[in-house]
Parts: sequence; C-alpha cells; structure tokens
Amino acid sequence: MNIEDIKKPENIIYKKTPILTDTVMHYCPGCSHGTVHKLVAEVIEEMGIQQDVIGISPVGCSVFAYNYLKIDWQQAAHGRAPALATATKRLNPEKYVFTYQGDGDLASIGTAEIIHACSRGENIVVIFINNGIYGMTGGQMAPTTLLGMKTATTPYGRDAKLNGFPLVLAPMIAQLDGTAFITRQAVHTAPAARKAKAAIRKAFEYSQKGIGLSFVEIVATCNSGWKMSPVAANKWMVENMFPKYPLGDIKDVLKAE
Amino acid sequence: MKEEIIIAGFGGQGVLSMGKILAYSAIMQDMEVTWMPSYGPEMRGGTANVSVILSDKKIGSPIVTKYDTAIVLNQQSLDKFEASVKPGGLLIYDPSGITREPERKDITVCRIDAIEVAAKVGNSKVYNMAVLGGYLKMKPVVAMENVDKGLAKSIPARYSDLIALNKAAIEEGMKAIEVL
Amino acid sequence: MAEKILMKGNEAIAISAIRNGADGYFGYPITPQSEVMETLMKEKPWETTGMVVLQAESETSSINMVYGGACTGKKVMTSSSSPGISLMCEGLSYLAGSELPCLIVNVMRGGPGLGTIQPSQSDYNQCVKGGGHGDYHSIVLAPASAQDMYDFVDWGFDLAFKWRTPVIILADGIIGQMMEKVELREMKPRRTKEELIAAAPWATTGKTPDRDYNFITSLALESDFQEAFNLKLKDKYQKIEQEEVKYSEYMTEDAEYLFVAFGCSSRICEATVDELRAQGIKVGLLRPITLFPFPTGRIAELSKQVKSMMSIELNMGQMVEDVRLACNGACPVGFYGRLGGNIYTPNEIEEAFKKFNNLK
Repeated sequence: MNIEDIKKPENIIYKKTPILTDTVMHYCPGCSHGTVHKLVAEVIEEMGIQQDVIGISPVGCSVFAYNYLKIDWQQAAHGRAPALATATKRLNPEKYVFTYQGDGDLASIGTAEIIHACSRGENIVVIFINNGIYGMTGGQMAPTTLLGMKTATTPYGRDAKLNGFPLVLAPMIAQLDGTAFITRQAVHTAPAARKAKAAIRKAFEYSQKGIGLSFVEIVATCNSGWKMSPVAANKWMVENMFPKYPLGDIKDVLKAE
Repeated sequence: MKEEIIIAGFGGQGVLSMGKILAYSAIMQDMEVTWMPSYGPEMRGGTANVSVILSDKKIGSPIVTKYDTAIVLNQQSLDKFEASVKPGGLLIYDPSGITREPERKDITVCRIDAIEVAAKVGNSKVYNMAVLGGYLKMKPVVAMENVDKGLAKSIPARYSDLIALNKAAIEEGMKAIEVL
Repeated sequence: MAEKILMKGNEAIAISAIRNGADGYFGYPITPQSEVMETLMKEKPWETTGMVVLQAESETSSINMVYGGACTGKKVMTSSSSPGISLMCEGLSYLAGSELPCLIVNVMRGGPGLGTIQPSQSDYNQCVKGGGHGDYHSIVLAPASAQDMYDFVDWGFDLAFKWRTPVIILADGIIGQMMEKVELREMKPRRTKEELIAAAPWATTGKTPDRDYNFITSLALESDFQEAFNLKLKDKYQKIEQEEVKYSEYMTEDAEYLFVAFGCSSRICEATVDELRAQGIKVGLLRPITLFPFPTGRIAELSKQVKSMMSIELNMGQMVEDVRLACNGACPVGFYGRLGGNIYTPNEIEEAFKKFNNLK
C-alpha cells in the first residue's frame, strides 16, 4: 500500500493546527511547554482570532515562543510582559492580548508588573508556567521551588531559613479586585490537557468582556532541570507539586454571580 | 523694551500667580515673556519668589541677577533683593511685612499697603492684584485692556466671576501706591 | 493667528503630545517633571483624540509599556527625571535593540543617587552615550525654551519613526518649570489604522492573511547574527549623523572665542556673549540642538577660526569631551560648570571665560 493512499481526508483523525509553525521546538523531550503551546494555538484556531491576537513572550525557556505560533509576537524584557501587554491592550482594545511567562519571569523579577496589571484589571490573559525551576539558565531555584527541592542554587535542597518559602501567587492575585478568572491546571495527562485547554479558551473569552485579568497557571514539569525522566517527572509533580499547588479554579467572577 | 522683575514674599501671598497674570498680560500685548519660579535653597523658610522678564525681543537668559523692579512683600525678600535692583530701578514694598525700611537712595522706592486695599475691595485673596495695580501705575508696561485679557486667560473658567473683583483690586492698587 | 499660551515647558510637552497625534503616554511621578502627566490627566485626551494616558507602578513598568505600545506601531511616549531614567535604561536598551520608535522626555535634576530636584545637565553622558547596555544610541534633542518643548515632541516622533529608534528630549528643570509663551501649531490627528500599517509594516497589529506574522525581539543568541545586526545599527547611526545634525549659532561669524552650550545653558551664555561683545571681546556661541548626532563637523570648523572654546554645562564636564574630540587639538578647550542644581549667572560665566583666556 502506498502512503498516499492512506493520507486521505477520511482517514485523518488528528491534524496539527495551522497556527503552529513547522519549526522544530527547542524544548526538551517531556517538557510541558510544547503541549501548552499547542493548546494555545488550538484555542486561537478554534476561536478564529489569528488576526486579532498579540502574544508576549518572556525571558526564559519560552522566550522563543514566537518561533512556534503564527501570530504577531512581542518579546519582553525579563518580567516585564504584563507591562507590554497593558499598553498593547489599552492601545488596541479590540485585540486579544496574552502573556506567556515562566515562574522566574512572572513570580520573581516580574512580581511588580503582574501584581499591578492584576490590580488595574487589565483585560489581558496571562499564561503562567510553574515548574518550580529556572530552566533556561540551567536549573536554579525559582520563587516557586518547593522546600527540600534540589536545584543548581539549592544543591542541598531548598531550606526556608536560607532561601525563604515557595511563593504561591495565584491565591494572592485572586484577592485583587482587578482579576476575573484565576485557575490552576496541568497538562500531564490527556484529560488534564483538555481541561487546561478549556481554561485557556475561557480566559481568552473573558479578556474581551472587559471584566479584568484572566490568569491560567499551568503546574508543569521540567524533567531536565529536575534531572528525571519525563514519566518520573510527571509522577513527581503529581506527588509533590500538586499538594502545594492544587489544581482547579481559584476565582471566576462570572460563576460567582 | 525689556523689564526684568523679581516678585518675592511669603507662600500664600499670591506671588507666583501675580507673576503669571503679569506675564499673560504681556503675551496679550504680543511681548516675549519668561516666568521662572524660585528654585533651590531660597524656597526654604516659606518664602516664594518668581522672576518675570517682559521684552519686545526674544529673551536670552532667563537667569538674571539685577532687576529693573523688585516687588518685596516680606522682610526676608527685602533683605535679599534690595541690593539686586539696578541703579535707577524700582522697589515696591508692603509696609505691613517690613520691620526695616529700604535704604537705597539711587532707586525709586514705593510703598503700598495692599492688605488695606484688599480689605477695601472686600476680599483678602486679591492682595496680590492690589500690588500688581501699584506696579502697573508706576510702570505701565502693559495696557489695561491687555491686563483684562491676561486675567481672563489666567483665571480658570469656574472662577470667572472673580475677574471683576481682581480688576477692582488692580484699580484700587493703582490709587494706593505712594512714591517715597 | 495661532493661539499663544503661557505655559511651563512640562505642560508644553503634554499639550503638544495631544495636539500632535500621540497615541499613548505611560509615566510615573517624579519632580521636576510631574506636570507632564498631571496636565495630560487634566486634559483627558482619551475623550477627545483617543490618546491613552496611564500612571504606571514604576518607571521600569512605564518604559516597558512604551515598549509594548511601540511594538504595535503607535506613537507612544514617557517622561521622567534622572533617577527614573536610570530605571528606564534597561527598557531603552531593549527599544534600541528591537529598533522601536518612541519618545522619552528627561527633565534632568542633580545627581548621582536621589540628588536634588533643581536643574542640572548631568545626564548628558547617560542619554547621549547610551545609558543601557550594549552598542546603541538614542537620538537626543536638547530644548532651550517652552516652545522647543512643544515643537520637539512632533519632531521627535518624526525622527523616531523615520529611523526606528528611541528619541530622547533632554531638558532640565529650568526648561521644564519655566513658563514662556508657546504658540500652538496646527493640530495633527492620530494616525488611522491604515496610516499606521503603512508607516510601520513591521508592527504587531495582528497577523493578517496578506503577510507573514511579525515578531519583535532583541534576542539573537548567534554571534554572527548579532554582529550583523550591530553593523546594521552602526550604519543607521552614521546616516543619522550625516542627515540629522542640528545646531544654532549666535555671533559666530567673526568670533575669536566660542562658547558651546546646550539647553538652558545656551540661553544663559547668550547673555554672557552680549556682555562680552559690549566690552569689545568677539565671542560667539554654538548651541547643539541635537546632542546625538553631535555637531562635530561645525565645531571642528570653528576650532580653526577661534582662539579657544569653552563648554558651559550644569555638570562636572561631560559634553566638553565631545567638544575636545571635535576640536582634535586645534584650539584649547576649557570648561565651566555648576553642580547639584545651582545655576550659573551670565556674570559668573564671564569671569570663568576671562580666567580661562587670561583676559581682563
């Protein structure tokens, strides 16, 4: 049988979204970024908003997000993506504007920018990848690193006395009047990924309602940084990350009403 | 024509706005102006001053050290600026704020009891306009019609009912100033 | 006849931004320039021209809002004073590295550190030589009056878009706080969507089917790629130096001595020139209006005409280095400055001039 005989429309059960480019991703095998990129791309395709979406990539592993999604992108200085998004959205209110940030970018160097964007109620989407580590610079401690977790800068494990406690951001910003939808998701299983995708779509939809900032945290793995196999990393995440960063909706102003 | 003026007194006496109304009036006469509020250590101690330059030509330095006219409304300002008046220049002071009379003999010295004028007009807030009136009597650098326009430009629309009061104070100030 | 208004230089910046079709202003309060944002908020341009005005949580955030707005091809700006500009230097480097147009106003005060709130010109090196990391320049304009503040907003935006580069208006506390007569020029509307795309086809305005997606970044990673980009910038800066130098001269035709001064200092020097001329001493003044590009060529010419030059600055001697480079030893170059927010008088400059030139 010829391969062309198999590649018929009636045989296609899965197709890559055209929002994704053909560029081979630089992410490590097992990394959550690839999955989240795909989910964002699918939401953009399904909502038919390619012309109306502007993405803002951070400094960190996902700095190169602009190589993978065929949408207009701005690449921000470390931590400043919510500031870029604020101006972009205010100057172009008809556009869908989202930032894509890791834990070092958002919860460490960019704390002021994210908190004030939330507080001002900017009508943007923030996708926050929390894997408890700095991936790009080689696995140093992040603000979200768990106590006891070994990283390049906590080689004996994170010690609260020496390094402070993990920063749990989502419930903090849930208290701010400017946030509309705050949820924590994961993409380690197909059902989890489906739920995460629904959350991302909801966040994009909310961003056009003028009700404030929508925040989708994805508890993610960094198997390279954690020095584990992808499967072991998923297991470790479920056992260790989820208790500290439990999944589920934290705030939904429309549901509350 | 070029007139370099320093106006100095306590904060709250309306020194800055007097300078502003004078400057705006000159603009209405198509003159060039600079209005420079005091900057630096002299701000301390609650005194405020502003230097205003009015000229037919483009103004170079907004920073001057000698003035054609000094209007001093408290003792500190008299102490500071009496010596800065150019020979043959004009010094106007309000006796109510002064414990030592001006001493220069090579300049014209005038006094105006502007508190009294303001009381006569019926509003203490127009104190500075009374002083401005006195100055304009001595040096009619801008025509009254342009002062009217300057007032209209300087006073926010919501206070436009105060223009007549300000004008009355200017007119009374013109009558009240005395040359010593 | 155009309307003439008495206003502060800082107010002129704000009014001019609204009247010249600026799309957005993002700022943070700091003396002596707070009137810029205060005036904008009072004028409420979002109700008239549609201009966005936002008070950010920090200068760091303001400049990054400018970065975001500039990415979308909008005419965006910020203003601050020295310590705030230091915080903005990171963003400034990114703006230069991403070739984004924007306008930044620095109303300088005394430093280093928190310094004073009085006038100074001590950020010359910071703004003219870069400020942030990496090999780059911003175009730097030096206003000397409230009218300049008004006019340079429009000129600055034109230059920013022509060259895809940040433009800095480098003012000082005197120019910001002093009130002068300002003539309001004809209003320019904000650009339409079509005009914006024509002027900035690179902007992140949303990927349409007729073009590939746009992305704006200053990340290179590969050395060869970065070097090629640096050379592209170098070429751009050379063209700017050829095409955009602007200066004014006062009594230089027969000058035997020359003052070089920018901003408020050039105004004060004008009075010194008048005084010295009255004494029969042939002095002239060159005022650089653009600090980058610097009027190197004209200063080099004059260095062959005059006996000496003096750079007069409200700092410890920063522009004087560029004056010396331009003269390249052709004549002696002196310096006189005041610091910390103190301002020289014309007489003080006259004394320094006579001392430097051994004149009575």
